[in-house]
Amino acid sequence: MAQVVARRLLATIPVLLLVTAGVFTLLHLTPGDPIDAMMAESVDASVKENLRKELGLDRPIPVQYAAWMGRVLRGDLGRSIRNGEPVIENVGRRIRPSLQLAALAMTISLAIAFPVGIVSAVRRNRPVDRVGTTFALFGICMPNFLLALLLIFVFGVTLRWLPISGYTDPLEDPVAGLRSLVLPAVTLGLALAAVVTRTLRSSLLEALAEDYVRTARAKGLSEGRVVRGHVLKNALIPVVTVLGLQLGTLIGGAVITEYVFALPGVGRLVVDAVFARDYPLVQGVVLLIAVGFIVSNLCVDILYGFIDPRIRYH
Amino acid sequence: MGGPEMAPHAPHVRRAPAKPWRSSSSLSARLGVVILVAALAVAVGAPAVAPHDPLKQNLGNALARPAAAHWLGTDNVGRDVLSRVVWGTRVSLVAGFVSVAMALVAGSMLGLVAGYCGGRIDGLLMRAMDAVLSFPPLVLALALGAVLGAGLTGVLIALAVVYTPTFARLMRGQVLSITARDYVDAARALGAPAWRIAWRHVLPNATAPIVVQASLSVAFAILAEASLSFLGLGIQPPAASWGSMINAGRGYLQQAPWIVFGPGAALFVTVVGLNFVGDAVRDALDPRVREQGRQV
Repeated sequence: MAQVVARRLLATIPVLLLVTAGVFTLLHLTPGDPIDAMMAESVDASVKENLRKELGLDRPIPVQYAAWMGRVLRGDLGRSIRNGEPVIENVGRRIRPSLQLAALAMTISLAIAFPVGIVSAVRRNRPVDRVGTTFALFGICMPNFLLALLLIFVFGVTLRWLPISGYTDPLEDPVAGLRSLVLPAVTLGLALAAVVTRTLRSSLLEALAEDYVRTARAKGLSEGRVVRGHVLKNALIPVVTVLGLQLGTLIGGAVITEYVFALPGVGRLVVDAVFARDYPLVQGVVLLIAVGFIVSNLCVDILYGFIDPRIRYH
Repeated sequence: MGGPEMAPHAPHVRRAPAKPWRSSSSLSARLGVVILVAALAVAVGAPAVAPHDPLKQNLGNALARPAAAHWLGTDNVGRDVLSRVVWGTRVSLVAGFVSVAMALVAGSMLGLVAGYCGGRIDGLLMRAMDAVLSFPPLVLALALGAVLGAGLTGVLIALAVVYTPTFARLMRGQVLSITARDYVDAARALGAPAWRIAWRHVLPNATAPIVVQASLSVAFAILAEASLSFLGLGIQPPAASWGSMINAGRGYLQQAPWIVFGPGAALFVTVVGLNFVGDAVRDALDPRVREQGRQV
């Protein structure tokens, strides 16, 4: 297993290098001069010139990339133009709400997807299956900002059960914290639940048609024990794959959800940085998100080996 | 009881009848086509279909409820929501189809070159595609939209970049599989140049999965455009786009929810329709799905 992990880590290095090159290029894709794009025309030319020097934009691009990479490798992702704070500190302050949101959304999605997916597969083509597949279609087609506004309209504005924006840390005040995270987490979790439900249903249907299931039934096992003991574990691989693939969607969804519910997370930080044209902050946060995404996918790959010992990496 | 007599009484394998599956599938496909055709008609005929000028403000009639004069009500500056939804259809469909078409062309070319050349070029191109795929799609589109500037062009380029690797990988896989076939060897043996083999043999045979992927991607591209417009990076006000209309209306959710739910319903229905069409195209062109359909 250690060899597998080492091999996957090595394979990640060239991708990481290209990712850094891509993120570095971002700043230079700005039409015209990035400093002019970042700052208003009225800003004094000497201020712009100083910033240009400070960011190293007056040097040749390969030199800039080498210097930037050197700093990145030392953990220095630059400083925000707005507040002058290092990018790492900006992200550090915002990471907790994002992780709490992602964890709660994932929990909600699995709590919905597993029962719905299993019942849909076991009762295939029955009314309950139709309800399950319709739910999956609804979740996949519904943009999360629209779902967020629907939930705000029903539970925040009409019923007034839950807060419609703001954040309280659940570690400081568990009740108020969870109340502040319920609507964003349901928004984010439902879309994920829809995809997982669809995948789980189809992989369960495939597994239910296998010979070992017929054998288990012939031995007199109840349908529940067949599903729990034989089918579910074998149907998990595609679900783990989809969960891994959906991480990107989850992060993208978190950007929108944090924006709608005014949660002070990393997603909201990206949007704020984009609108403030704070390019060093955009660069740094996007790089961190991409690296986090790569590491998460790496973990999913490694997880396969634990779930299914038949999987061999060549 | 002898063996031959067993056959009529062989254990009955319970199978769902094929007809319900097929009928529900074709029903959703037909519904999808109807929605798509209607959306295209509305987009093309927007000037004739829209009952009012989508940009004309009437502050005296702001936040008016849905009524005969304004079927979907008016927004915070008195503009007719229905007319803006109608004009927004154009933006959404253009964003969906054009960005996917750009990604299809770019990705197919890159995949073709990678699969055909192999070696270092293949390695470099595919690692570059892996790098693009390493970014969460919306975050990449957001970052690209930020540097390219708000507006439809920036959104189209950003979405095309996001979707290109999918087509490149798909095309490369097809090229590797097709170039190993006997008829390609035969063409080579007859002295056909590489470009001719690629054009006459590889491309036509690789089309089906690319078309399936494109048909499934359009719905997601429309959702992505709406998301970017919602965040303020798409079409800029006062021009109408569903995402920006929903964003503008969220401040009036209590007084005038129709500002949000008019474009929201249009977006949802269009995406459902395109998903149905995408599924139908996949069912028709993907032999594996066809086979599964027969077995259910």
